Amino acid sequence: MSTTSHHVPDRLQSSLQRRLKSWESLLLVVAVAIFLANSFASPYFLNAWNLSDATFNFTEKAMIAFAMALLIISGEIDLSVASIIALASTAMGAAVQFGADTPTLVAVGLGVGLLAGAFNGFLVTGLGLPSIVVTIGTMSLFRGIAYIVLGDQAYRGYPESFAFFGQGYVWWVISFEFVLFAIVAVIYGVVLHKTNFGRAIFAIGNNPTGALFSGIRVSRVKFILFLLTGLMAGVAAICLTSRLGSTRPSIAVGWELEVVTMVVLGGVNILGGSGSIPGVVIAAFVMGLVTFGLGLLNVPGIVMSIVIGALLISVIALPRLWSYWRRG
Amino acid sequence: MSAMKKVLSTVAVAATMAAAGTAANAEDMRIALVVKALGIGFFEAAAKGAEEAAAELGDTEIIYTGPTDTTAEGQIEVINSLIAQGVDAIAISANDPDALVPSLKKAMQRGITVISWDSGVAEEGRQMHLNPSSTELIGNTILKLAADHMPDGGDVAILSASATATNQNAWIEAAKAVLPNYPGVNLVSTVYGDDLSDKSYREAQGLMATYPDLKAIIAPTTVGILASCQAVTDEGKIGQVNVTGLGLPSEMAGCVGSGATTSFAIWNPIDLGYAATYIAHELAAGNAVAEAGASIPMGRIGDVMLDDTNSGAMSDPFTYDASNIEDFKSIF
Repeated sequence: MSTTSHHVPDRLQSSLQRRLKSWESLLLVVAVAIFLANSFASPYFLNAWNLSDATFNFTEKAMIAFAMALLIISGEIDLSVASIIALASTAMGAAVQFGADTPTLVAVGLGVGLLAGAFNGFLVTGLGLPSIVVTIGTMSLFRGIAYIVLGDQAYRGYPESFAFFGQGYVWWVISFEFVLFAIVAVIYGVVLHKTNFGRAIFAIGNNPTGALFSGIRVSRVKFILFLLTGLMAGVAAICLTSRLGSTRPSIAVGWELEVVTMVVLGGVNILGGSGSIPGVVIAAFVMGLVTFGLGLLNVPGIVMSIVIGALLISVIALPRLWSYWRRG
Repeated sequence: MSAMKKVLSTVAVAATMAAAGTAANAEDMRIALVVKALGIGFFEAAAKGAEEAAAELGDTEIIYTGPTDTTAEGQIEVINSLIAQGVDAIAISANDPDALVPSLKKAMQRGITVISWDSGVAEEGRQMHLNPSSTELIGNTILKLAADHMPDGGDVAILSASATATNQNAWIEAAKAVLPNYPGVNLVSTVYGDDLSDKSYREAQGLMATYPDLKAIIAPTTVGILASCQAVTDEGKIGQVNVTGLGLPSEMAGCVGSGATTSFAIWNPIDLGYAATYIAHELAAGNAVAEAGASIPMGRIGDVMLDDTNSGAMSDPFTYDASNIEDFKSIF
């Protein structure tokens, strides 16, 4: 039945596997179509620097989306990621006021992200609370702290070298953020698709009780996933803060929904159990290309939201409609 | 192989289009009017003013754009796409004075003229900033509006926002400074309604009870002026006590209609969009230089003088009364 028995299968059913495979190819077709459409629609699209600028529209969100994909596959969700960015950025801004240098700032950003993730993880796995409720709560809590600390003020004065994370280029038009995005994508891809830990995530998402009885430490895996999501929010906080050069408590408002949209567009089942990192990578490009392409045509932002929404629904609905139609 | 060819030919076609596109647009100056968020009446009115300036200047195209919600991240995406399009100038009302600096710096490095208007950007992120008005002009205007309708002089009181509101305090100080220019006008009290409708309403009632001869209430806050107008109406003192200050035409139309308010002021967004566009055009065309002490033309509005932070004030706040309120109440 399975032709892939010589390595660890990523999915439980081969029919599901086929559907998901076609999902990624469908997404890829969509991405290429958008790229070509953009090239024709705007004379400014095919320019190395412009395309490089366009990657900033999605790299930070995508890095969170990889961790979020794992979390959603395991059957949980974290809606507090944008607020973790605000909290981590505020902590870094406060550290600057005490004269922190760049390595310290990075440590603070990652540390706060991890702590926030651990707090979410503890409430969900330790106290057994539903993650959607917990993280809606911490979404207000984390950003609330940022607002109490900063009010209508802003933290400025980040060291010159800190600007590299969000504004630096590794080689020619290749930004540091894009390189980081690529590395993170590979790491999460390997973790999810090539390791026992990744298998455990799929098992938990499909059947948590079954996973528990087959010896998987469900709570520990989920706790680690919350930690990772917090950590990636910390990474995004470092990149975004560096790119903005300042911190305000309203930083990254509304990003949690864009991250979840990216994950779902990437073919991850919102109910858990299936999905892939390559799908999320393509979805990140699709969303980045759409917003940048429409931006070049000066399409109002509200129309962009409509296009993204329509894209999400059609990409999800098309395979269903297709199989429905084929069955007659 | 053939697929590869197809892609290559597509790229070639697109590149040709790109070349043709830039050539066709070379004569037109493209000015981007970037606002805090689209769909806000105030900014739609500013865009109208920008179009007016473009028509007057000729060969100018206005790109009116902005994010969906008032975030700095959204404006950065907009700025990136404007840099990519190689616009000639960006005139922006900023959602954040600091966060936009890196991307606006990048725009300037690529030869784009950058100015801010209405809501400013930190000095290093723009060539100049256009304030709708200045503290002195606003202070003088609110006092003048009251004085104009009391030829025999009399008692006036100020109803402000909170006692710590920086803007309002500066305007009130400026008004007090020019008080000697209006002989007969007697400022009896300054009270604070904290920009809360009910508190402002009670404070206005209190003023009328304490000073029976009160001729005018000056409220340099949109909440205060509306609450005062309601208090005067409810007390049956229309015609006795004139309410004036800074208000929004959409909210104040009823008060002007009932006569509780003869006239009030606020900056005119159409003029602001017009002036910002005119300045951006002059700077991008090289007809003017943004430096301390410079004077830059703003078409029908006059010239703007830049101070040592490269910012300038457009004009007196615009006065609204029965003659023009109908036109503006649907705008903002």
